[in-house]
Amino acid sequence: MRLLRPFEYVGAKFLAMLDEAGELLLLFMQTVLWLFRPPFRFKVLFKQLEFVGVGSINVTLLTGAFTGGVFALQSYHGFSLFGAESLVGSTVALALTRELGPVLTSLMVTGRAGSAMAAELGTMRVTEQVDALYVMAVNPVQYLVVPRVLAGIAMLPILTIIADFVGIVGSYVVGVHLLGINHGIFISKIVEYLEFSDISMGMTKAAFFGLILSMVGCYKGFYTTGGAEGVGRATTQAVVLASVLILASDYVLTAIMF
Amino acid sequence: MSAKQNIIELVDIHKAFGSQQVLKGVNLNIPRGQTTVIIGRSGGGKSVMLKHMIGLIKPDQGQVLVEGQDIVHMGDHGLNQVRRRFGMLFQDAALFDSMNVRDNVAFPLREHSKLSEGEIKQVVAEKLSMVGLSGVEHKLPSELSGGMRKRVGLARAITLEPEIILFDEPTTGLDPPLSAAINRLIKDTQERLGITAVVISHDIEGAYEVGHNIAMLYLGEIIAQGSPDEIRDSGSEVVQQFVHGRAEGPIEVI
Ligand SMILES: Nc1ncnc2c1ncn2[C@@H]1O[C@H](COP(=O)(O)OP(=O)(O)OP(=O)(O)O)[C@@H](O)[C@H]1O
Ligand SMILES: [Mg+2]
Repeated sequence: MRLLRPFEYVGAKFLAMLDEAGELLLLFMQTVLWLFRPPFRFKVLFKQLEFVGVGSINVTLLTGAFTGGVFALQSYHGFSLFGAESLVGSTVALALTRELGPVLTSLMVTGRAGSAMAAELGTMRVTEQVDALYVMAVNPVQYLVVPRVLAGIAMLPILTIIADFVGIVGSYVVGVHLLGINHGIFISKIVEYLEFSDISMGMTKAAFFGLILSMVGCYKGFYTTGGAEGVGRATTQAVVLASVLILASDYVLTAIMF
Repeated sequence: MSAKQNIIELVDIHKAFGSQQVLKGVNLNIPRGQTTVIIGRSGGGKSVMLKHMIGLIKPDQGQVLVEGQDIVHMGDHGLNQVRRRFGMLFQDAALFDSMNVRDNVAFPLREHSKLSEGEIKQVVAEKLSMVGLSGVEHKLPSELSGGMRKRVGLARAITLEPEIILFDEPTTGLDPPLSAAINRLIKDTQERLGITAVVISHDIEGAYEVGHNIAMLYLGEIIAQGSPDEIRDSGSEVVQQFVHGRAEGPIEVI
């Protein structure tokens, strides 16, 4: 019997995972359903748009600028070995718009806003505020989850565009001012190689990641049990699960789109 | 005919959390237009029972009837309709901690009434003064004392003047004169609007004062129900020990 223990363990873990996926999917379906039912709560939506969007601008600017700068530095070292320094700008621009912009922005916003969603909803759950909504005949999925998920979907593409732009500026500063690449060549190569579809597909990815991070944050918060400790657990799990899902779905989306 | 007299009926409710059997066949009728006080031991399942009445907790077995309708198997929409007739004060108030006092009390009005902001402001001020709180509209729940939070919760529960109000320990944690004032507020509100009130209380004197009926929950069942006089003169030793607050008797205290 002892020999079967590991299998039991793996089996139980697997079942728990399926359970979780099912619950998450169910909450998602409820969210879609409540999205189209009145009343439409613009006030809470704007609050979330501001929280997810405006609130994440600083971290997006920093992430974008440093990623672009460091990427220019690294690729310059590689490209200069065979005299292709002129390609630094376009390489950075393509990598940013297609991959680094959406993925890094989403991971940063997961840490900032996804975790906050889990903590806030988790606290509301364990202090019976969610029950209070039910009692007052207000559906908590509609009141709490819908605006957060909408804000995630709407704001991540915008933040991504900002990160893309700032990242290219960062790479320009490093490439042209610090490393001495010719200004005209740097720009013209970007214009030559970067296509609109690179940007739009990056934004599509970002919208999808925004859905993931807000949905997972709300899900973990919504089903929190066990007091303050439970809220802490929910928050950590939300960040880990959302990050993993973002990275995994990035692969799938890239394979489909590009 | 029973549905006419009783607005809420709990029929043979069983509820367990894990291996802990909390309710073991509760039968309780809440008469319309009266105040029913529920007494019982701390941790005995009173709050759990109250949450059954509004569909926050579903029983493992048994029926919860509101106006003769079983709410246990009701869908979201139906349940929402039923809940609009209720107000509830939670034991720990359950105020929205991201909103100030005014927004908390105004919440049901903004959701379910067509009043203008000016009118809402007026109603909120009126309800807050009814519970003895004025000038705290702009404070956050975290800036209030426990008793103040409870009274804000009370104001929120009565803002829409619903037909049925559930109060989970409205006077616990308040000083004696304030407890008396809150008991009177519940009594006045009930009489003025002719509503149905269900009150959980550890305050026996207050229970005699506000309650038309008193029910005692003990070991997961309703062991006695009747008018204050009937409870006071009850032949049950458990009830006698409980209402007189004696340490010795059939109830194992520690
Ligand atoms: N969500 C829950 N999960 C697990 N156990 C619970 C839950 N809610 C209540 N219980 C358990 O049910 C029992 C009854 O709890 P309840 O809150 O109804 O007591 P009470 O009669 O209201 O007590 P008090 O007068 O102290 O408020 C307790 O032992 C409690 O541990
Ligand atoms: Mg209780």
